[in-house]
Amino acid sequence: MGSGQRAEFKNPVVSWIDERLPVFSLMQKEYGVFPTPRNFNYFWNFGAIAMVMLITMIVSGIVLAMHYTPHADYAFSSVERIMRDVNWGWMLRYIHMNGASFFFIAVYIHIFRGMYYGSYKKPRELLWILGVIIYLLMMATAFMGYTLPWSQMGGWAATVISGFFTAIPVVGDMIQTLLLGGFSVDNPTLNRFFSLHYLLPFVIFAVVFLHVWALHVSGSNNPLGIDVKSSQDTLPFHPYYTMKDTFGLGVFLLLYVIVTFFFPNIFAHPDHFVEYNPMVTPPHIVPEWYFLPFYAILRGLTFGINPYIGLSLVAMVVVMAPIYGGPDKKTGLCGLLCALGRQFALPLLVVAGIFFALGYLSQVEKASGGALLSLPLSDLVFINAKLAGVLAMFGSVILLVFIPWLDTHPVRSARFRPLFKWATLVLAIDFVVLGYVGMEAADAALFGVIPLLWIGQLGTGYYFAYFLMILPWLSRNEKALPLPVSINEAVLKA
Amino acid sequence: MSAHTANHSSEEGQTRRDFLLLTAGAFGAVGAGCFAWPFIDSLNPAADTLAMSTIEVDLAPIQEGQAITVKWRGKPVFVRHRTAAEIEQARAVNVAELRDKQSDTDRVKKDQWLIMVGVCTHLGCVPLGQKDTDAKGDFGGWFCPCHGSHYDTSGRIRKGPAPKNLSVPEYSFVSDTLVKIG
Repeated sequence: MGSGQRAEFKNPVVSWIDERLPVFSLMQKEYGVFPTPRNFNYFWNFGAIAMVMLITMIVSGIVLAMHYTPHADYAFSSVERIMRDVNWGWMLRYIHMNGASFFFIAVYIHIFRGMYYGSYKKPRELLWILGVIIYLLMMATAFMGYTLPWSQMGGWAATVISGFFTAIPVVGDMIQTLLLGGFSVDNPTLNRFFSLHYLLPFVIFAVVFLHVWALHVSGSNNPLGIDVKSSQDTLPFHPYYTMKDTFGLGVFLLLYVIVTFFFPNIFAHPDHFVEYNPMVTPPHIVPEWYFLPFYAILRGLTFGINPYIGLSLVAMVVVMAPIYGGPDKKTGLCGLLCALGRQFALPLLVVAGIFFALGYLSQVEKASGGALLSLPLSDLVFINAKLAGVLAMFGSVILLVFIPWLDTHPVRSARFRPLFKWATLVLAIDFVVLGYVGMEAADAALFGVIPLLWIGQLGTGYYFAYFLMILPWLSRNEKALPLPVSINEAVLKA
Repeated sequence: MSAHTANHSSEEGQTRRDFLLLTAGAFGAVGAGCFAWPFIDSLNPAADTLAMSTIEVDLAPIQEGQAITVKWRGKPVFVRHRTAAEIEQARAVNVAELRDKQSDTDRVKKDQWLIMVGVCTHLGCVPLGQKDTDAKGDFGGWFCPCHGSHYDTSGRIRKGPAPKNLSVPEYSFVSDTLVKIG
């Protein structure tokens, strides 16, 4: 990194240091004159905003850790002491608590930006994957932080989330015991969660460094999604984007500060103020809002994979085979599946729908007990509802890694892909609806009539269909609108 | 493997080097595994956590229709004195229709005393239903508020995402009114 051309510096001290360790040259190259597409909109602020939030979290977290006691008997009261007795403790904790929410808001917008403008496509696949890794690390960190105040909500969140691992056949219980350090969430669990909650932000910082490094190799994507062709398409990062980022950051921080000072418990719940009791589960536990869509997917899978659902999935795989395999695959097993899928796409989709309905109804219990629809072999469940729910939930996050290979359409930006644009906007709405479903009780109903469970199940269906069926199909069949010749031309025309 | 290749190879030195590389690599991997194990195993329950505990519960004060919750190995254990109607309801179920097929008689030692670990087999919440005022679900037993699993008056899963019945711990009656759990 330091082997490139060095910049000239007038200040003799700066120059002396730069000759020996070219950090100033590096900053000048990567953040001073760095050529950046000239057509960014405000969506491009959120990477920098997320970075500022990460630093805010680390700084406030380090200070809070100096007052916090990670022991089952003292954790809850040490947090109350921070709120009442420690100088500015209430402010530091509210900054940290709400900072997590605002960090996730920034990151969700940042991820949506990447999807809408196709930023994950070649040559930015690895950049995207590093981003998904950061997101996974953030989820782990936030979950462990949620447990530390040792409240009813946090303790039970830890119980439920570590319970995911018991869905794994044979070794599941052993893994859960290993993770918790006991048979239930207790002091050993709290100790290790504190240790990891302190460690992971620094791991995130390291991966963010790689993420930014990869970004500076490929350069930024832009709202048009076309490549930079000449120096006329770009502006130096400073002062143009340092200014734009600073302005966007100011607006974002204003919202963050308003929530922190005027509505500090807007994201909290009464059960956060009750000490953890392993003998009583609160009547309605929910994870933090940023996990709610995935929680709805977990709860949506009230059915397992029996022969009917299995057949339905096989039929869908055959329908998708020619789309995944491509039109030129004519030999081997794939060739056979592709030929079948091409020939009988519609009948197979109908078959898939019917079998799915049969498999679903044969697993719905009547109020009086027993299945709503008894069919032969419907009891033969290969993957039970619990494991299916956990797999779907983890799968829904892991799918993000594969988007670069699910969406292979040559045009990046949704601006020139009308169908992709609507499918992606519907996905964003779907994500919010799933979040709402995840927030409500398991047996709640919309307007008192429509069970939210059904809405959650439909939303889960669209989520997976978007990634596994719609994106690959659009990649092969969507006709894009004409692209502008260059960024410069498009900007001048506007 | 090395003997086999040595016979066919003209470059003796090359195969010896491969052999050394493979054995050194294998020993290195075993060594790394041995080194890592204490770190991983230290996360498992410590001796004091493991120290097996049994508890004794006095059943005398529990009236018919009442239930108590006792703590055993950090988990709640439900002890319920069932009414004749509840027992009848549990016995009337067709076992073949159940998700986790188990008859009521297999789940109790004395008909009126139902003793089980009060941890939902879905993701580990404590189901409601111990108090009169609790929601008891569609089958009059227990209802898990986290993800909506319904258990019947025998603690068997009837509806919702949980895969198994509430588990029955090992226990024995010391006398008619004293039970030892664990």
